[in-house]
Amino acid sequence: MTGTLTIPKFRLPPLVSAIGRKLPQWPHALVLVAGLNAALKMKLLPESELALLEDKLFRVRVLDTGGEATYTYRGGLFRPVFNAQRQADLAFAANLSAYLQLLARQEDPDTLFFKRELEITGDTELGLIVKNMLDAVEWPSLRQLPLLRR
Amino acid sequence: MPRGLAILRPLTFRMSAMTSLPDLVCPAGSLPALKAAVDNGADAVYLGYKNDTNARNFAGLNFDARTMAEGIRYAHAKGREVLMAINTFPQAGRVADWQKAVDGAVDQGVDAIILADVGLLDYARNRYPQQRLHLSVQGSATSYEAINFCQREFGVRRAVLPRVLTLAQVEHVIRNTSVEIEVFGFGSLCVMNEGRCWLSSYACGESPNTVGACSPAKYVKWDKQPGAMETRLNGILIDRFGDDEPAGYPTLCKGRFDVQGETYYALEEPTSLNVLEILPDIIKIGVRAIKVEGRQRSPAYVTQVTRTLRAALDAAASTTERFHVKPAWQADLAKVSEGSQATLGAYNRPWR
Repeated sequence: MTGTLTIPKFRLPPLVSAIGRKLPQWPHALVLVAGLNAALKMKLLPESELALLEDKLFRVRVLDTGGEATYTYRGGLFRPVFNAQRQADLAFAANLSAYLQLLARQEDPDTLFFKRELEITGDTELGLIVKNMLDAVEWPSLRQLPLLRR
Repeated sequence: MPRGLAILRPLTFRMSAMTSLPDLVCPAGSLPALKAAVDNGADAVYLGYKNDTNARNFAGLNFDARTMAEGIRYAHAKGREVLMAINTFPQAGRVADWQKAVDGAVDQGVDAIILADVGLLDYARNRYPQQRLHLSVQGSATSYEAINFCQREFGVRRAVLPRVLTLAQVEHVIRNTSVEIEVFGFGSLCVMNEGRCWLSSYACGESPNTVGACSPAKYVKWDKQPGAMETRLNGILIDRFGDDEPAGYPTLCKGRFDVQGETYYALEEPTSLNVLEILPDIIKIGVRAIKVEGRQRSPAYVTQVTRTLRAALDAAASTTERFHVKPAWQADLAKVSEGSQATLGAYNRPWR
C-alpha cells in the first residue's frame, strides 16, 4: 500500500458480534451493493468477468461484528437478497480488520487465506474470478470518486 | 527497452560493486500488480496473456491486448523491462494459437519472450531473429549442455533454472555457458519438477503444461467441517486443516496422505523459497537475474516482496562483505509466504 495509513490486525470483542447478530442485516447488504454498483457505474469492473457473475448468490460475513450481507448480480446491477432460498454460490467470512486490509490493498487475500484469517467456501473458481477481478481494478484516488467531487 | 536506462537508478552501487547486480524480475498478474512491481523497484516484470499460452492461466488473471499495451508503456516509461511468458506447450491441433501469442508479443514490443517448447523456440527464432528469447523454467534445462543447445539452436539469451540445483551446481552451470542465468529468489515452492510434473493431471486431467494451470480452481473444493477445513481436488481428499493450522495451495504435492498407517506431508510441506540469506553468494557467482514467483498473487504481495528484495539487493551491493539479513525483511517475507515458513530449498543441500 502506498498510503501512510496502516490498518492493524484487530478483533472486536465478542459482545459486538453477540449484539450485531441480533440487529437487522439489510443495511449491510444495501451499503455493500451500493458500493459495488458505484464501481460498476465508473466502469471499474471488466465486463467479460462480470458476465460470469450473472445470477450467482454471494454471502459476505463479518465475523466479529456479527454482520452479514447476501447479494447477487443480475441484468448489469448488483442487488441485495434479503431472504435467500438457497445456499450461496460463494461465501466469504473474516473479521472486519481483514476486510479493511484487503480493501486498502495492504494484505493479499492468499496471505490471509494461508493464515486462516479469510475463509472462502463454495464455488472456488467463482471465488478466484472475484478475487482476480478486484485485484485488476485500478481504484481511483479518493478525490476522483463522484461522491466526493464538488 | 535499452538496458542503459535501468542502470541509471541504482547508480551509487553499480559503480562500487565487483560484479553487476542481478536484475530483480517480478510477477504481474494484473495492471495494478505490474505498476506495484515497477514502483517498488523491479528491474523487469513478467506477464502473460489471458489464455492457456502461459502457466498461470487462472480465471480473471493476466492481460488482454489493451492492458498489456498500457503495462508495457508504464514499465518502459520508467526504464524497466517487460518479459512475456508463453511457457506452456502447444496442444495438438492448436499450434497456431501459441504462434499467434509469439506474434502478439513481438508486436507489443516486449523486451523478451519466455518460452519452454522447442517447436515454439524454433518458430520464434526463424520468424523473428532479432527478438530476445529466454528459456522458461518449464523448459526444464538443468545442465549447461541443455542450455548451450538452446543457445546454439534457438539463440536463447537467458535461461531460468529449475529450483532443483544446489548453489554449487548453479555456479557450475554459469561457468560453462555464456547464456545469462536467472534463478528463483522468492515464492511458493512445489515439487519443483518444473515442466515435467504431471501430478495435477493425475488428479484432474489438467496440468500447467497442457492448460496452463496446476490444480485448476474448478476442481478445488474447500469444505468447512466442524473444527476443520477439508481440501478436495476433483474429489480426492488432499488435506484437512485444524482451525489453527496454516493452509496451503490445494495441490497434490502439498497434501497430507496416509502412508502405511501414518498421515503426513508425504511429498512436501506448504512452504516458500527465500534466498535472502545467500544473496551475496548468488551475486558473487554471477547470476544475471533473480525471479520472484507469484503472478497469481495480488498487488499487495507484489508490493511487499518487490520492496523487500530491492532493499536487500541494494544492501548486498553496497556492502557485499558485511551483508546482514535484516529481521524486518525476513518478517515481511515470512508474512506473505505460503505455509508461513520459508526454506533455502535445493540451494543449500549438502547432497546432489
